[in-house]
Amino acid sequence: MKYENQIQLSFPSKSVNEGFARSAIACFAAQMDPTMDELGDIKTAVSEAVTNCIVHAYPNEIGDITVRARILPDNILDIVIKDRGRGILDVEMARKPMYTTGGMERSGMGFTIMESFMSELKVNSQTGKGTTVHMKRKIVRRGDRS
Amino acid sequence: MTSFLQDKQLTIALCGEIDHHSAKTTMQEVGGKIDLYLPLVCVLDFRDVSFMDSSGIAIVIHTVRRMRELDGKVRLENIPPQPLKVLKAAGIEKITQIQERSPVTK
Repeated sequence: MKYENQIQLSFPSKSVNEGFARSAIACFAAQMDPTMDELGDIKTAVSEAVTNCIVHAYPNEIGDITVRARILPDNILDIVIKDRGRGILDVEMARKPMYTTGGMERSGMGFTIMESFMSELKVNSQTGKGTTVHMKRKIVRRGDRS
Repeated sequence: MTSFLQDKQLTIALCGEIDHHSAKTTMQEVGGKIDLYLPLVCVLDFRDVSFMDSSGIAIVIHTVRRMRELDGKVRLENIPPQPLKVLKAAGIEKITQIQERSPVTK
């Protein structure tokens, strides 16, 4: 696919890297001239996806997380977050609000937030092989803002 | 974490970035303060929260549950726009009172 710019990050699934991942993607997205509101939405969605990898993909081990961000024509930010962890047994169930297999410090709202904060969300998962979360967000150009 | 108690109202000032990495400690600290002071009202002040993801929702739900056990209430105050959007996406206003940060006058 044609893209205008791209970055790729890879880091171990340590929770301390959540902040790094969302800030790095926000920095990359800054060149698209987003509003504070759009930037907040992107940071939140990335944080949710990366947290899922840390909590669910690699519950008892440290594994690799890859984040790729691209700027597509029409000012669309395209983000792919990938792990090679244990995968999601039932993706449809996992996407339901308040559903979690995590502990009491999880709310079960991760996918719901990714869905409502991004324009598009696709989740592909294979048990034992890993999960790929693909999301897109159109950044409204300054002149088109109401 | 700063907090103060006045007339059985415990105000706890949350700060910085609330995510999965920091949530467990925050939850334990908030829980510890409630257990220590046994307030009737617990106010979580979001004024200095610069970022919050769904981990913050879990903290609020946990606090509301603990305060219900004490027949008390929770109020969320001075919530900046980004955490407010996350809280609203979870429908948190249905279980507790929320108040956004008033616009800063320059």
